[in-house]
Amino acid sequence: MSTHIDRRQFLIAAASLPLATRVVFAQAQAAGDARFVFILLRGALDGLAAVPPCGDPAYAGLRRELAIPPPGAAGGALALDATFGLHPSLAFLHEAYRAGELLVAHAVATPYRERSHFDGQDVLEGGGVRPHDYASGWLNRALAALPARSAGSRAEAGIALGQNTPLTMRGPAAVASWSPSRLTALDDDTLARITDLYAADPVLSKRLADALDADEIAQHAGMDVAPRRGAGARYGETVRAAGSFLARDDGPQVAMFDTTGWDTHANEGGGQGPLATRLGALDQALRELKAALDARWSRTVIVLATEFGRTAATNGTRGTDHGTGAAAFVLGGAVDGGRVLADWPGLGARALYEQRDVAPTLDLRALLKGLLHDHLRVPSKALDGEVFPGSGAVRPVAGLVRA
Amino acid sequence: MAATAAAAIATNRFGLGARPGELDVAAPDPRGWLLAQLRGPAPTLPGAADLESTATILSHAAKLRDDARRDGATGVVKGIGAYYRPLYTGEVEARFAAAVASERPFVERLVHFWANHFAVSVDKPAVLGVAGAYEREAIRPHVLGRFEDLLFAVERHPAMLLYLDNVQSAGPQSALARRASGARRRHDPGLNENLAREILELHTLGASGGYSQADVTSFARMLTGWSIGGGRGRLADGDPGHFRFRANLHEPGAQQLLGKRYAEAGYEQGAAALRDLARHPATADHLARKLARHFIADEPPDAAVAQIAAAYRRHDGALVPVYRALIESREAWAVPFAKYKMPSDYVHSAFRGLAIPAPGQRGGLVAYELLGQRTWSPGSPAGWPDRAADWDGASAVLQRIEWAEAVGNRLGDRRDATRAGPAMLGALLGASTAEALRRAASGAQAITLLLASPEFMRR
Repeated sequence: MSTHIDRRQFLIAAASLPLATRVVFAQAQAAGDARFVFILLRGALDGLAAVPPCGDPAYAGLRRELAIPPPGAAGGALALDATFGLHPSLAFLHEAYRAGELLVAHAVATPYRERSHFDGQDVLEGGGVRPHDYASGWLNRALAALPARSAGSRAEAGIALGQNTPLTMRGPAAVASWSPSRLTALDDDTLARITDLYAADPVLSKRLADALDADEIAQHAGMDVAPRRGAGARYGETVRAAGSFLARDDGPQVAMFDTTGWDTHANEGGGQGPLATRLGALDQALRELKAALDARWSRTVIVLATEFGRTAATNGTRGTDHGTGAAAFVLGGAVDGGRVLADWPGLGARALYEQRDVAPTLDLRALLKGLLHDHLRVPSKALDGEVFPGSGAVRPVAGLVRA
Repeated sequence: MAATAAAAIATNRFGLGARPGELDVAAPDPRGWLLAQLRGPAPTLPGAADLESTATILSHAAKLRDDARRDGATGVVKGIGAYYRPLYTGEVEARFAAAVASERPFVERLVHFWANHFAVSVDKPAVLGVAGAYEREAIRPHVLGRFEDLLFAVERHPAMLLYLDNVQSAGPQSALARRASGARRRHDPGLNENLAREILELHTLGASGGYSQADVTSFARMLTGWSIGGGRGRLADGDPGHFRFRANLHEPGAQQLLGKRYAEAGYEQGAAALRDLARHPATADHLARKLARHFIADEPPDAAVAQIAAAYRRHDGALVPVYRALIESREAWAVPFAKYKMPSDYVHSAFRGLAIPAPGQRGGLVAYELLGQRTWSPGSPAGWPDRAADWDGASAVLQRIEWAEAVGNRLGDRRDATRAGPAMLGALLGASTAEALRRAASGAQAITLLLASPEFMRR
């Protein structure tokens, strides 16, 4: 028998069962309205540019022409506390900080202590201790540890925004993925035949079904999917899509996307320049993400993290090389923010890690564990076990989320 | 295995997708068909006569920069970008046309493989104008030669030196740095370890190759002075677009790398280290694993990797014997469709299999971009990833299907998928796909189904 269903019927058939599951779930589990977004900054964001420690006596000397001037000076940092400021391009994040909705963490690192991007990202995404420990990601395993919601259901609790699913989101839990298409919609009959053709191919049939689900949600949300141009548009579509998915009552709880271009080895710029432009685009995207989340903002936590930091000193080519301790951001209406979380090691020559990098004083996993536990209600046992295996000694940071 | 099945593997996995008739040519001796392509020098890129050399491009860019400075500094970057963009597009289209038309598609695939191993990314504006010239000048001539020659051509090429920031890297005790610190300039020249690190991690030993941060730093010191001519200020000497060893940037003194001492010898110090890296056993293993991952399976069998690495060591890095070991490994032929095509593969094989003329203008680039693999923009020096999980995301699969439909609609009845399917895939075309092609509602739909079929998604 040939399944000549049209695309609409196909989607309705696919969606009907999980809808019932979702309704039951909504009554049973109040924590289900919490939303979590993970944004991976690939390439090693310069934490000393994004969150300059202007109050550290060694900062200006190490950074020379890359140093961000202190708050109050022309083109200076946006003040956070006596030690730290935010890069002047991060106006929205600064507003969020003043509203108590941004927590900035500094001198953060994963357990990885070498300086390869690819291995560093692998450790960050896999959630292990060494590169290539895991073929799945911590966020996917956290989803798998959540009670009931996705069990026996096609309603994925997570979505990866982008053409492919990053390691962070790969694993046992079903996740959707979505990215804008610049081609016209498929012919329904052709689509049905391709669905037939994939019947014996578990990978392709799953991928196609997931893509169609995500597409349908995006269309319902009436999203503008035409490509846009110009500065600031870099992440626009992605964040609007993320917001639309997460804002739905039956939408995914977790979304992830990644950004690239943070590997500033040369001509990084200070208060202005290439990195400043990129930070500005990111800041604008986060502002749009808040708008798209609408009322859901108050129940949202967004984490921005990078694989490692960069050297404390400016290098020979007006940039910075691969380092260790980094900055991370925790943003959202559910965040108990307005503060900097840092056991700051200082930038003095003796304080630097291997005489070159910000010494890490906070394990990124402690931050993530605290958030996953308090916000998404991932059980402690799962956090110490499957999510971040062997991390029992890494205590979750408590009190990151509003009670 | 039926002869056409082995021929389908030869033409699709090792080649760039079977063109009409290619399967029949390969079928009597699929391995021999591949080995024959390795004889003689690597073909130059057709149409290369119309493309500029790196030396010409960078000379012209330097002139644009100087003119703009004289006229008041604004718009320098804009002017160079406007010069670079059509160069990039022209290079991409020439490469695309070559991939579609090549009669030595295995060699063409090897060019793409090594260009990706030694990736530069046009996401960095300085690379945009020279990425194509880099592949033609540094990669293509050496893919059938020795790895060491390939390595030297790459690490001395302006595109790589610019991409990995070595052009101005200066030793802390170099003549230039000492003079600068005396003059208390606002910006002190200094060391940049990007190139050294990526040579060790990506180009030669691999991330698990047993080197330390101290090795990276001292190798970076050895490479100080590996630069290009025609810069600004104190770097003005020499011709733009040519490699130039700048003694005034070079860190004096002996250095240690992997436990071996390299005496101060100017350019020769870094060159000696690079030669040793090319011969290092970890390099053989790293390259063998990457080749096996590209041609055999995402997680390549250790036995095949060991055979390929042994051939590398036995022949002192000569690459043709390495490819021969790959072709002769049983595992390379054992599992059909073990590799999911990356987008460029997918596009090339569609154009080849359906004998679609290369579209010219920006046609190739548009297809690559739609499917998520804009040429020479992997975003990192590691190059494009080479595992299915990196390419077979839900949205990516749907995008491919949508593109397949656009191709089907464009060709309509001008191609017969029921003939093209067996001509591309031979005995590997599955019965249910063949049946779906026969029952398709239109010629256009049949083409869409063929390109969207599980068989065509993989190689």
